[in-house]
Formats: sequence, C-alpha cells, structure tokens
Amino acid sequence: MSNDNKAQKYWKENLVYLGILLAVWFLVSYVFGIFLVEPLNTVKIGGAKLGFWFAQQGSIYVFVILIFVYVSLMNKLDKKYGYDN
Amino acid sequence: MSVQTWTFIIVGLTFALYIGIAIWARAGSTSEFYVAGGGVPPIANGMATAADWMSAASFISMAGLISFMGYDGGVFLMGWTGGYVLLALTLAPYLRKFGKFTVPDFIGDRYYSNVARTVAVICALIVSFTYVAGQMRGVGLVFSRFLEVDINTGVYIGMAIVFFYAVLGGMKGITYTQVAQYCVLIFAFMVPAIFISMNMTGNPIPQLGFIGTMTDGSNMALLDKLDQLHRDLGFAEYTSGTKSMIDVFAITFALMVGTAGLPHVIVRFFTVPDVKGARVSAGYALVFIAILYTTAPAIAAFARTNLIETVSNQPYADMPEWFSKWEQTGLIVFDDKNNDGTIQYVADAATNELKIDRDIMVLANPEIADLPAWVIALVAAGGLAAALSTAAGLLLVISTSIARDLIKMQIRPNISEKGELLSARIGAVFAVMVAGYFGINPPGFVAAVVALAFGLAAASFFPAIILGIFDKRMNRQGAVSGMIVGITLMLFYMIKFKFDGFGGGTPEQWWFGISPEGFGTVAMFVNFIVSFAVSRMTTPPPQDVQDIVEDIRLPSGAGEAHVH
Repeated sequence: MSNDNKAQKYWKENLVYLGILLAVWFLVSYVFGIFLVEPLNTVKIGGAKLGFWFAQQGSIYVFVILIFVYVSLMNKLDKKYGYDN
Repeated sequence: MSVQTWTFIIVGLTFALYIGIAIWARAGSTSEFYVAGGGVPPIANGMATAADWMSAASFISMAGLISFMGYDGGVFLMGWTGGYVLLALTLAPYLRKFGKFTVPDFIGDRYYSNVARTVAVICALIVSFTYVAGQMRGVGLVFSRFLEVDINTGVYIGMAIVFFYAVLGGMKGITYTQVAQYCVLIFAFMVPAIFISMNMTGNPIPQLGFIGTMTDGSNMALLDKLDQLHRDLGFAEYTSGTKSMIDVFAITFALMVGTAGLPHVIVRFFTVPDVKGARVSAGYALVFIAILYTTAPAIAAFARTNLIETVSNQPYADMPEWFSKWEQTGLIVFDDKNNDGTIQYVADAATNELKIDRDIMVLANPEIADLPAWVIALVAAGGLAAALSTAAGLLLVISTSIARDLIKMQIRPNISEKGELLSARIGAVFAVMVAGYFGINPPGFVAAVVALAFGLAAASFFPAIILGIFDKRMNRQGAVSGMIVGITLMLFYMIKFKFDGFGGGTPEQWWFGISPEGFGTVAMFVNFIVSFAVSRMTTPPPQDVQDIVEDIRLPSGAGEAHVH
C-alpha cells in the first residue's frame, strides 16, 4: 500500500466515523430536543417530560459520550494505519 | 462572621493563589506566551478551556435566564455544549496538527493570502473586544454587591489582577491560573445547588432532583408543580416555551457553530502536546463544562419554584431580608397597584406588581434558600473566577493578534523574538486598558452584541476553517468572498433588526421568522454556498497548499508549535 493510498483510506474511514457521530449529535439535540419535542413530551423520564429533558439534560450527556467514543475510535484507527507515533 | 468578612477572606485567598501561580508560571519565550510552549497536559487544558469558556454570563446570568425562559432556555444549554462536539470532531485535531499559534495564522497560510489573514484578524478583534467588555462589567458588579465598593473601583481591581497575570504569564500563566479558577468556580456553583436540591427534593444530586419529586408533602414532580404554578399565574408552561420552532433551531445552531469558531476557545487546542491530546482535551473540557451546564437548569427550576412560592400572593410586609436588600439595588421592584399590601406576581402586565431582574437568581439563590454566610461569599469568589478567567483568555487573543498577526506577519516580519514578546506584552497592556474603559463606560449595545458575537463567528470563521480542512479544492477567492459576504450579511441583519438601521424592522418582518440571534445560521449557509461556488469558478489552490491540507489530515508528526 503506497503512502498516498494509505492516507486516502485513513481519511475515508475518518469521514465515515464523523458522519455517524454527527448524525447522533443532530438526532439528540435537534430532532429529540426541538423537532420532536411535543410527541416526546407525552413520555416521562422521572418527573420530567422526555422532550424537555433532552433539550436541557439528555443531549449534553450524549455530547460528552460522543467525544470520548470519537477519541477511542480514532486512537484505534491511528494504530491500524501506523499514525500513532 | 458576617458575609462581608467571609467574602474578603475567600476572595483575598483566591486572588493570592492566582497571583502566586502567575509568578511561578511566567512566560520566557513567544511560544510560551502564545501557546504555553505546547506542553500543557490534556486534562489541565480541559479545565483551563472550561474556565476560559464559562464567563461571568454562564456563572451569574445563565441559570437566571433559563429560569425565566423555561424550555426556550435549552437553546443556551444545547448551543453552548454541542459546539464542543463540532470542535472536537472537525477542528481541534487538525488545527493542532497545523501547529501555529492563532486562527488568522491558519486562514492566512491555508488561503495563501494576507487579505484573508487581515479579514480574520479583524473578525477576531471584534468578537474578543465585545466579549471582554462584558466580563469587566461582571467583575465590577460582583465587587459592588458583595464588597460594597463602587462598581468602578471593582473594575480597577479586576484590571490590576488580570493585568498582572496576563502580561507577565502569557498563555502559560493564564492556563495554570484558569485551572485554579475552574476549581473555585465549579465548587462555588455546586455547593448551593446541592444544598437547595436537598431542601426541595431530598436528593443531593441537582440533576436528579431536577426530575425528582417535591418533599413539601404534595408528592408532585418538581417540574409538574412548576408547570402548575405557571398556569395558575397565567404564564406559559415552564416546560413548553414561547419561541417558534424554527427560531429555536436557528439560535441553537448559531450558538453551536459560533462556539466552535470562537478564537479564544480554538487557541486553547494549540497548547497540548499532540493531536491525540487535542482530541481528548476537548472531551475533558466538555465534561468540566457539562457539570455546570446540567446543574444550571436544575438551579433554574428550583429558584423559579422557590421564588413563586415565596412571593406570590404573600403580604409585602412578610418578605424576608434578601428581598429588601435586592430592592435597594433596584433589581427587584414592587409596585402595589391595587393597594392591598400583597404581592401579585402574574403574567398580565397590567396587574403584575413585581419586576425581578433575572441576573440576580444565582447570586440571590443562597440567600433565598437561607444558606450559611460562607456559601454566599463562595458564590462571589466563583463569579469573579468565571469573569477573570474568560477576560484573561480574551486579552491573550487580542495581544497575540496584535503582536503576531499584525506586527510580526504584516508590518515588521524581521522583528526579533524578544521584540515580538515585548510587543505581545504591550498588546496585552493595551487590551486591558480598552477592556477597563468599556467596563467603566459600558456602551448600551454590549449586552446585545455579546449574544451576536456567536453569529458573527459562525458567519465568518467557521466555514473558512471547515472548508480549509475538508475541501482541498477550496481556494483563496472562495474563502475570502465567503467570509466577506457572510459577515456583511450578518452585520446588516443585526443592524437592521437590532439597532434599527437600514429602515429597521419588527419581529414580524424577520426573514424566515428567524431572530437576529439565530441569523448566524443563515449567514453561515450563505457563506458556505458563496465559497463553494466562487472556488469552483476560479483556479485551484497551488500544490504546496494542497500538500498542507493532506498533511493536517494525518495525526502523526505534530511537533511542538513552531514559529515558521
């Protein structure tokens, strides 16, 4: 595998990860917290309406998890392609 | 001991700590002054980023704002945290690999153009100055309320402290001071929150108390109770909000993208040793921020419930001591319209008798909940830590912009390392003076502009940086025209609908129903489209620039941040 080829493949895999993680990012904040807030509010988590909870709590927890998932995926990817020096 | 004695002790101790750290960590080179030599451990950088990011507004105003906005307050919570996901995934690692000192550095090199660099410097200066003026005002307010000195004296004291450690320590001094300030501010924010959550819901964790049930015997969920109180008084339900869905979307998006594009936040990721460190320190930063940002909505709901239950339909004569104390500052105003001696706090403006400034909620909260004097003093120290840490970070961006992006890169390219360091320090002195001036003579538009700074960052920087990394074909013509169109459109909309220029306009005339606060989203998309179209009609960037792009996409080999 030539260096250029390797770099291309690494970049493509990176973009796939980005696409998936940003889709989740959009889902928990914009979809759950804003667009679908009314229907989700008919469900409850503890004493809070679910849509409201996503807008003020849930989305933030998911954001934190997303960054750490990204860090671990990228660390593995760096190792796979030998970019981890 | 009185609140004031406690405040003197706690504030004095924390200030001594900050100055001690500044002397220990003073900068000896431009690299240390600009990016702490690129040697900050990721977890420390995470804390420093959190302190840098969370300003007097986050600490003092945000919970109060949410308290009065209910569901709509979510725009700040999601907007100011979700931006870190964008930052961690799409900007921080690549900018760290690029390995220079500032955002204009990146823009200037990537788009091989001093025009692009200058546009970026101007945007960075506009954003940073509007921001820092608000911080100095915050310092003045806390001093005047808790130490009972004049607001202006408070601003001078704040200037002197920041002056000392920003000018002496540069980024290195600021980073380690911010670590200490984060600890102070988060402790100060959490202690009263835990006390109040315990009182109201029996759960010591505010995030759980928020979704828990009241301990007042009603056995109702806290949020249901609050919704009911709101309905009874004619307000919109706390958990429903009043803004249109498209506006909520636009504001949240503009805040997220603006956060990821703020120069004083981005520059923090130049301080870690490598790309791996940049990724993980964004994660730590968000953890440290999320602690405050998930507690704030809980405080907002507790404070709102507490407030309504304390004042609504109660005799004015029975009000507790804090009520009259805040009345003296003019931040609570009672006007007994029907002369019955009882407080009617209702949505209808004609019969409502009570006006409460939303900024007092966090500061008054410990008093409302009757917490010990040392907790109240702690909140004062926390507010100061939040304001000072953000001010210092911004001042650094301003001084770096002046010393490096203007003097070194454009006016006197052969300036010596020593001369550059000196001009960075002089830049910091100048920035402190200007910030102090605006703190003492706040122009009426500061508060409005701070909120709009995010829109400006979103409309100008963000697309240029993202495209610079993800679109190899993006060239100088595309990026420059995109930035200019984006920021001009944003400024036009701001001036038209916020400051009544260009014939003014009412909310009914907003384009697509989007407020000026959310318009950065629209301007950002326009920037993307213009950049893309122009770049495809003009020549591709030169090969060496395309090689830079290839290079920053790979994580290995990020050396120490270098000068050339």
